[in-house]
Amino acid sequence: MADALLKIEHLRKSYDGNVVLKNINLKVNKGEVIVIIGPSGCGKSTLLRCINGLEPIQGGTIKLDKEIIDSTSKSITKLRQRIGMVFQSYDLFPHKTVLQNIILAPTLVQKRDKKEVIAEAEQLLDRVGLLDKKDSYPRQLSGGQKQRVAIVRALCMHPEVMLFDEVTAALDPEMVREVLDTMLELARQGSTMLIVTHEMAFAQAVSDRVIFLDNGDIVEEGTPDEFFNHPKTERAQKFLHTFEFEHIK
Amino acid sequence: MQALGLDVLFKGSNFLRLLEGLWKALGISLIAVALSIVLGILFGIVMTVRNPVVKAVCRVYLEIVRIMPQMVLLFLVFFGTTRVFGWNLNAEAASVIVFTFWGTAEMGDLVRGAVTGVPKHQYESAFALGMTKAQAYLTVIIPLAIRQLIPQSMNLITRMIKTTSLVMMIGVVEVLKVSQQIIEANRMSSPNAVFGLYLTVFILYFVACWPFSLLAKRLERKWSN
Repeated sequence: MADALLKIEHLRKSYDGNVVLKNINLKVNKGEVIVIIGPSGCGKSTLLRCINGLEPIQGGTIKLDKEIIDSTSKSITKLRQRIGMVFQSYDLFPHKTVLQNIILAPTLVQKRDKKEVIAEAEQLLDRVGLLDKKDSYPRQLSGGQKQRVAIVRALCMHPEVMLFDEVTAALDPEMVREVLDTMLELARQGSTMLIVTHEMAFAQAVSDRVIFLDNGDIVEEGTPDEFFNHPKTERAQKFLHTFEFEHIK
Repeated sequence: MQALGLDVLFKGSNFLRLLEGLWKALGISLIAVALSIVLGILFGIVMTVRNPVVKAVCRVYLEIVRIMPQMVLLFLVFFGTTRVFGWNLNAEAASVIVFTFWGTAEMGDLVRGAVTGVPKHQYESAFALGMTKAQAYLTVIIPLAIRQLIPQSMNLITRMIKTTSLVMMIGVVEVLKVSQQIIEANRMSSPNAVFGLYLTVFILYFVACWPFSLLAKRLERKWSN
C-alpha cells in the first residue's frame, strides 16, 4: 500500500494539564473519507484543529505527506493551504460578498490569477446551486447557504484534505440536508475528507472508515457496516444506543 | 423678532462673531479629536497587551478620565499646572490638552473593544485559509474592527464638540462666551436677546453635531449584520 497522505502518530494534546487527546494514531489514505464520532467533549474537534495546526500539540507527530505539521513553525501557513477546513460556526467574512470570500485566499495567499480564480469560484458555486448569490453578503444567506459557501471557499484553495468540524450542528434541521448532500458529492468525486459529525445516517452513508473517539482515545475503528451494525466495544454499543428510541406503543 | 430677541443677531457683526466663536469651539474639538484618534489607536493597542502592569496602568488612566469632571480637569491644567510648573499655557492649548487626554482614553477603550470584539472564529477561518498573521489582520480583522469602531467614535466626537461649551470657564472666547457678551451689551435695549442668542447657540451646536450623528447612523445601518 502506498504511503498514507496524512499520518498521525502518538498525538497527545492537553490544555493546562487537562489531557484531551491521549495517544492518537491514525493514517488517512488519499481519497479516503473518515468519519469521527463520539460523545461531546471526547476530543473530536480538537483532533481536527490539531491537524490544521490551530492548536499546539504536546506530543507525537502529524504529517501531511512527509511534512510535519507544527502550529508554531513558519511553514504552517504553507501547510494550511493544503488542508481545507470548515467550522461549525458560520465563519464567512461578514464584510465581503460571497465571491470575495471565496477568492480572497486564492488570490492573496496563493497569488493566483484573479480571473482564473473567479471563473473557478463561479463554477463551484454553480455546483452547489448558489451562483445567483455570488454578490450577496453572508448576512443575506441562510445558515445552510453559508456553510455551502464556506465549503466552496475551502475547496477553491485546492486542498488535499478537507476537514469538517460539525458543520451542520448549528443549522436548522431543514438546512442540514443541503449541506450533507454537498459533502456526499465531494466524497463521490474522491476527495480526502475527515468529518466530525453527529448525523449518524450520514456518517454511515458517506464514510469509508469510522473512528469512534471517547475520552481522548480511539476506542474503535472499522468500516461503517462493522461499526454501526456490529460494534465490538461496549462503549461504542452504548454510544450508538443513545440514538435509538424505545417504542412506546 | 424682537419679542424673541432675535433682532440682536443682525445688529452689527453679531452673527459673524457667533460663527467665529463656533469656529473656535470646533477648532479646539477637532484638533483634540484628531490627536485622540491617533493616540487612542495606540493606546487601544497597548490595552490589548496581556501584561498585568500595563493593564493596571491603562485601567487607572481610563477610570480617572471617566470619573473626573472635564471642568475640574480644565481648571487643574489651566490654573493649577501653570502655577506649579510655571509654564506659559494659553487657554486654547490647555483645552486641547484636556480634551485630548479625555479623548485618547475613551478612543483607546473603543479601539480595544473593537479589536477584541472580532470573534475568534474570524481569526481562525483566516488562518485556516493559509493566511499569515499580517494578511489576516489587513484583510479581515482590522476592517471588521473599523466597522465596529466608526459609529461609536462618531458618538465620542459629538460629545467632545458639545463639551467645548465648558472651555469658556477658563477664558476661551468660544460661541457660548460670545453670546454672553452680546447679551450683556444689549441688556438694556433688547432684554429678550437672552432667549434669541441662546436659541441660536443651541441651533449652531445642533448643526455642528448632526452630520456626525447622521453619518454614524448610516454607517451602522450599512454595516449591520
